[in-house]
This record gives sequence, structure tokens and C-alpha cells, in this order.
Amino acid sequence: MIQVHGLKKSFGEVTAIDGVGFRAADGRITGLLGPNGAGKSTTLRVLYTVLTPDAGQATIDGIDVVARPLEARARLGALPHGSGLYPHLTARENIRYYARLYGMTRDAAEARIEQLVEEIDLRDFIDRRTQGFSQGQRTKVALARALVHDPQNVVLDEPTNGLDVMATRSLRELIRRLRDQGRCVLFSSHVMQEVAALCDDIVIIAGGRVVLDDSPDGIRKATGCDDLEEAFVRAIGRSVVD
Amino acid sequence: MGTLGIVFGKEVRDNLRDRRTLLSALLMGPLFGPILFAVMINLSLNRALSNGEEALELPTIGAERAPNVVEFLRSRNVDVVAGPDSREEALAAVASGRHDVVMIIPEEFATELADGVPARIEVISDQANTTAEREARRATRALAAYSQELAGMRLMVRGVNPALLRPLNIDEVDVSTPSGRSAILLGMLSYFFLFALLTGGMNLAIDATAGERERGSLEPLLSLPVTRDQLIYGKILAACLFMALSLSLSLVSFAATLHFLPLEQLGMTPNFGPAVVVAGFFLLLPFTLLGAALMTLVASFTRSYKEAQTWLSGVLLAPTLPILVVSILQVRPSTELMLIPSLSQHLLLNGLIRNEPTDFLHVGASVVSTLALGLLLTYLCARLYRREGLLG
Repeated sequence: MIQVHGLKKSFGEVTAIDGVGFRAADGRITGLLGPNGAGKSTTLRVLYTVLTPDAGQATIDGIDVVARPLEARARLGALPHGSGLYPHLTARENIRYYARLYGMTRDAAEARIEQLVEEIDLRDFIDRRTQGFSQGQRTKVALARALVHDPQNVVLDEPTNGLDVMATRSLRELIRRLRDQGRCVLFSSHVMQEVAALCDDIVIIAGGRVVLDDSPDGIRKATGCDDLEEAFVRAIGRSVVD
Repeated sequence: MGTLGIVFGKEVRDNLRDRRTLLSALLMGPLFGPILFAVMINLSLNRALSNGEEALELPTIGAERAPNVVEFLRSRNVDVVAGPDSREEALAAVASGRHDVVMIIPEEFATELADGVPARIEVISDQANTTAEREARRATRALAAYSQELAGMRLMVRGVNPALLRPLNIDEVDVSTPSGRSAILLGMLSYFFLFALLTGGMNLAIDATAGERERGSLEPLLSLPVTRDQLIYGKILAACLFMALSLSLSLVSFAATLHFLPLEQLGMTPNFGPAVVVAGFFLLLPFTLLGAALMTLVASFTRSYKEAQTWLSGVLLAPTLPILVVSILQVRPSTELMLIPSLSQHLLLNGLIRNEPTDFLHVGASVVSTLALGLLLTYLCARLYRREGLLG
């Protein structure tokens, strides 16, 4: 479970997030939705502890990410925006490197990689060097790398960027499966349809603040729109007018 | 295996797989020195051999007016041959480079000589051309010797001891040993080794910050439950390993190259056997930590791989500075100088090549000061790696 409360972060003059708060529960997919530059990535970066917030609190399974970053990171699988692989290593070596850094033994790592090969369908390219992989293959390997330590919480920053239709579909299926395994899945997107198709809860961020936090049905009701896209535009528009 | 070991192992494997970069790092650095050195030795060897041993052909106008001069010059290994037809042509021939030196004996030479007034001989050369300048010097020196001999004979005819013309008898005694003479030429060697050492780890030093960032692999790496210190230390250690590898390759390739160079003909016998290779390796080894940390530090300020490469080519030149200053000032090794990294390695290595006894206090000062600076820079790298701005 991920909880965020009153999170603030500025870069010099620019305020990236200004009091973001929400809760992502176990066994649910929570979508962080917002236009470009709304503060989605900054929020997620605070969660996987590469940024320290100026104010507010974020916890992962009750562990404060600022006070106990190493423990928090251990309970989290992160797929940052544009996750890069090491091109001279094979997919397996890339995943194994992370497994070892997560503190897994060699044997445990190999067993888990075999499991992931089946789950994420990596069989065709697991022992090939990642140089020249398609975006879809890259994302799969990066995701396997983030899941190798079997984390309770998974954070994905715009994971479907650059994926074709088939790759997007298989990634969605995977995300649903992660939820069905009882994990807490938090992912960001600027594509309304994607969030609508996938999420149990939607958190809409605009201008560094949460403007709506509800289920898809709740959002339709709150904005008085049947069409989620219209609702999204209205929710953002309202914050702009404010 | 701790986190440090895992990071180290991955970096080594990753770098070994990157064949092209590895090849350029491990071949260019270590081969650059020996090849450049071999070319330079050959050049100076050619010059040394041509000096004095080969007869100098001296095109001359009016040789028939001074048969004694021609005879004397031949005894000095200078062959007088027919030159251009006129003075104008001679000037043009020298200016265009067709002849290096032309000697002109004017028509009035014989009468002037008979009258006992200074008889004029012209030697035309282009002083900007080093070969020509050397040949002209040979010709004028031979002529000066003839002039001196003639003066001696004229004095003797008048009953004066020609020794009066030489109030001083200057005798130069050269105490340099063959190993010592080699050190003058081998003085720049230490820089080649430092250069090879640095190029060996350059690529890894960039990769730790700018490389990881550009590839997009830095952010996921930093979200792992390991401290950033462990990551950066592992990366610096891996860079050290490749620097040491490059260093040993360059030492060995240099020792091998020396076998094929006719250094004895230049009066040099450099002391560069297997023992010096091993000793040199351990003298320079502490520099790997300093080099790896310095390069990682500089690279961490840059925005991209390319920018880092530009800056690091500057770092490659940094070790020359102390060496350059000292070679201009001509100082003797002292314990204080041993506190300056790169300079201390240079002085100690030169001592080895000269076959001088090793001062262990100097070695200790060099090792300790170089390692201390290396550790300080490593610590600074770790500090910078903890910054938020690292992600760019």
C-alpha cells in the first residue's frame, strides 16, 4: 500500500508538486492521470526515493521513504520513465544484476527469472543482448527487472509510451495480473483511455495538485460527464480556472 | 559477495563486452607510446649516424681557385663537387631547397690569401632548415679548422709559437652513463604510461554518471535498495582495474619495443628489463585510484557522454603539467616533490631507468600522497553521487 500526504517539491523557482496526497491500495490499480508537466513523474520519483520532498510524507507499506529509504525501496518495484537497459548485457544478465542488488542469492535469482520468463513471455529473447531490442521487448525486460524481487508495490511511470497496440495490450494484461496477485499497482499516464480501461481508482493531477481522486464511475458522477475524457478535461479545466 | 562486488563484477563484464571501446582503450593507449617512441628514436638515430660518418657533398663555385682548401676539406670527410654556375643561381638553388649548402670561392681568393689579408669564402645555406643548418655548420667548422691551421703555419714561419693563439685549452669531460643518457630521451616515457593508464578507464568513468544517465539506466539503478556510495565505489574500482590492465600492457609493450631499437648505437643502455616493468607497475598502480576518481568526478559535472569525452581529453593532459614544470626547472628528486602525484611517479620511474638506487622514503611519500588524494576524490565523487541533481 502506498500513501502520500501533502507532498511538495520545488526546483528553484518552479513548483513541481504542491501538496499532492492520495492512497493506492493493495489489490487495486491506481492511475495517476494528468497532462504533461502536471507533476506525475515528480510524485513517483519521490516514491522511489530519487527525490527528497520539501514537505509532506510518503509511505510504502507504512515505511517512510525519507526516513528509511532502503527499506522502502526493497518493498517497491519501480519502472521509471524511459527505463534503460545495459546494451552489452543479455536480458537475463540485466535482470540478474538487479536481483543480486536486491540481495537475492544466485539460485533464488535464477529461479525467479525462470518464473518471470513464463509470466512476462521473455522466452524468445531472454539470452540475447539487449542492444537492438524493440521498445516492447525493452519494456518487458525492464518490467521483469522491477519485479524480480517479488515486490508488494509496483510503480510504473508512463509504461505504455512508445509501445504498439499489441505490446500495450499485453502490458495491460500483465498489470491486471499483478493486481490479481494482490499487489498495489500505481501507474502514471497522460492518456485518458488507457487509465479508463485499466484503473480501479483514478487520481487526476494538474498544476501540481490533486484535482480529483475517485473511481471511474465516481469521476463521471462528480463532473457530470458520461464520457471520461470530457470529465478529465473538465477536471483539469476547473483547476486552471481556480 | 557484497553489493560492491556485484557492481564491480557487472561493470567489468559490461566493459569487456564493449569490444570496440575496449579495443580503442587498451590498444591505443599502450601502443601509442611505444610507436611514437620508436619513430622518434629512429629519427634521432638517422641524424646521429649521418653526422660525421657520411661524407658531406658540398657544391662549390670556383673550387679550382683553392685546391688546398678542397684537399683539406676532403680530409675532413667533406667532398667538394661542382656547384651552380653563378652566385645568383646558387642563392636560388638553396632557397628552393635543391641544395642544402653551397660554397663560393671568389676570384680574388688566391690574391687575398697571398697578400695575407683575410680571404673571403661564402657559405650559403637556409638556417631555417635544420638539416641544412647542420650541414652548413659542418662545412664552416671544417673551414674554421683550415683557417686555424693556416694561421698556425704563418706564425711558425715568423718564429712564433702557434700555441700562443690558444691561451685556454678547454676539455669537456662527460660523466653521464649510458643509462643516464637514455633517461633524457626516456624522460617523457612516464607520461606515456600515465596516458595509457588513464585512457584504459576513461570509458568506465564516464559511464558511472553521464553514460548511465544518457542510457536511462540511472534512475532505476538508484531506486534499488543499495546505497549510492556502494554503486559509485564499485564503478570506480572497475575503472581502476582497467586502468591497471592498460598500464601493464603499455609497460610490457614498451619493454618489448626497446629490444628492437638500436639504442646502443646512440650510446644508451636503458635499464628496462622485466624487473623494471614490475617495479614500474607497482609505482604507478596508486595512480589508478586517483585517475579513476578524478575522471569520474569531472564526468559527473557533464550533461552528456560527448561532453564528458571532451572534458576528459583535458584530464588526459593534466599529468603532464607537473612533469613539464620540473623538466624546465631541472630539479633533483626530493621528498617534498614526491608528494605531488604524477611528478613523483615520473621521478621515481626515471630513477629506475637510470639504474639509480631507490629511495624508499621517496617511494613511500609517493604512494601515500597519491593514494590519499585518490581517496579524497573518491569521497567527493560519492558526495556528488548523492545529489538530487545527478539525474539531470
